[in-house]
Amino acid sequence: MASTETMTVNMGPQHPSTHGVLQLILELDGETVVKATPHIGFLHRGVEKLSENRTYHQVLPLTDRLDYLAPMHNNLGYVLAVEKLFGITDMIPERAKTVRVMMAEITRLKSHLVWLACHALDIGAMTVFIYCFREREMIMDMYEKLSGARMTSNYFRVGGLSADLPDGFEKDVRHFIDVMPGHIDTYEGLLTGNIIWQKRIQGVGVIDAEAAIDIGLSGPSLRGSGVDWDLRRDNPYSGYENYDFKVCVEQGCDTWARYRVRLDEMRESVKIIRQALDRLQAGPFLADCPKICLPPKKDVVNTIEGLIHQFKIISEGPKPEVGEIYQSVENPKGEVGFYLVSDGSSNPYRMKVRPASFVNLQALPQMVQGRLIADVVAIIGTLDIVLGEIDR
Amino acid sequence: MGVETLGDNVITTSLDKLVNWSRSRSLWPMTFGLACCAIEMMSTGAARFDLDRFGIIFRASPRQADCIIIAGTVTKKMLPVILTVYEQMPEPKYVVAMGACACSGGVFDTYSVVQGIDEYLPVDVYIPGCPPRPEGLLYGLIKLQEKIMRERNSFGAAIGIGEVVNNA
Repeated sequence: MASTETMTVNMGPQHPSTHGVLQLILELDGETVVKATPHIGFLHRGVEKLSENRTYHQVLPLTDRLDYLAPMHNNLGYVLAVEKLFGITDMIPERAKTVRVMMAEITRLKSHLVWLACHALDIGAMTVFIYCFREREMIMDMYEKLSGARMTSNYFRVGGLSADLPDGFEKDVRHFIDVMPGHIDTYEGLLTGNIIWQKRIQGVGVIDAEAAIDIGLSGPSLRGSGVDWDLRRDNPYSGYENYDFKVCVEQGCDTWARYRVRLDEMRESVKIIRQALDRLQAGPFLADCPKICLPPKKDVVNTIEGLIHQFKIISEGPKPEVGEIYQSVENPKGEVGFYLVSDGSSNPYRMKVRPASFVNLQALPQMVQGRLIADVVAIIGTLDIVLGEIDR
Repeated sequence: MGVETLGDNVITTSLDKLVNWSRSRSLWPMTFGLACCAIEMMSTGAARFDLDRFGIIFRASPRQADCIIIAGTVTKKMLPVILTVYEQMPEPKYVVAMGACACSGGVFDTYSVVQGIDEYLPVDVYIPGCPPRPEGLLYGLIKLQEKIMRERNSFGAAIGIGEVVNNA
């Protein structure tokens, strides 16, 4: 009997298909993966520790840089948590809520476009990357009009928004949602019927519903395993209960099912954006609680009250009651939660982020076990991980 | 004899120019995304900004790369990997620090973050921004091309005579 030895291969952290700086130690028997061990921490920036020395308003820019593909979702999760902590959740104006939902869904499209681009690029379909980034630039332009930044928007504020929508913004969004369904059809035309694409992802990275729940998967990775769970519907926030949308679920449990779920989600997002745009009404965009919310710049330079409130909030920071809260939102990648502990001072005593990618990554060793080495990149792609969120 | 005796005359100068021109017009950066800036680097490589028209094509292996774009936050855990990748690159090699984190640590003044990659690598171009716009990255890379064009004795150094003189 000839005996074989397994070989250990290092993949990453500078591998182009690991979506950042993930390291995988692969134990191979020929081309079959016997065991995969992910090593993380190459992007650990100490965000949670850093936020302990900042006021509640100053933490906000750090949350952009957690999941940098969906910055507005992180902003949303954080501001909702802080609003809950201060007890001003009911005072948020309707316009702010609607704009938040609209921008969150635009951000979902933005994140899914990068996922599709990179997933297809890893598997070898270069064209999809070019198309997806073309549409992503439309979203980037909208971001830039809104907040001045292309990626790290930092647009939401505790109590509402940092500024009202700029002139002509609604027209841009309407144009975008008019053309976007056609573009999604284009991606489907490039991929769905493509026999190479089908062979590369069908039956790859199987995880059944029970295992997915045990690991704690969330988002499209969970819905691809046939579990009907979406925080937007099951634990609504920011007025999501008033929107009519479908939670996309597929029973396949494989990479193909997750691909279908995400594409369907993109179509649903377009529907939500359209509803939000239709119900957008004029009104205030910031809650009326000047001791907590940063006043708009216009008030700071024109009124003495605005100046005083700005000075007090910046120099001292608002102080919540002693307590702790948890608030989660449905990020494009899954459940992102913020757990805040207050000791009554103006800085959080502790901020814990529950990242979606970190939990989803735990499914990777199980999914790649027994698969070929070429499937590893497909499985990393389908989990849609972001290392900024995993390592924090 | 040979090239050594020619010294600083016109022939070596024009060979330098030829070498500099070919180096600066085919800058192949190492694909090395670290954090948020990597996404902007990808946007720059995509259709709208199109790095290919400058002869800049991303390579996945350090052995084929001329330049490394440090795109994102460098942590203390990541630093040895970056240094290894840099050592694997053939000479001549250039370093671009993209974004506030790579330039100075950015907002992340913490226990785990390297406060600027220039503490460890010889940075040629710094690009500020968090993250820099694609136009910013393009401008930085064009500046790097200009810097390469100003090098002297690049031909001599390539055949083993003397060092490259960079009076940028």
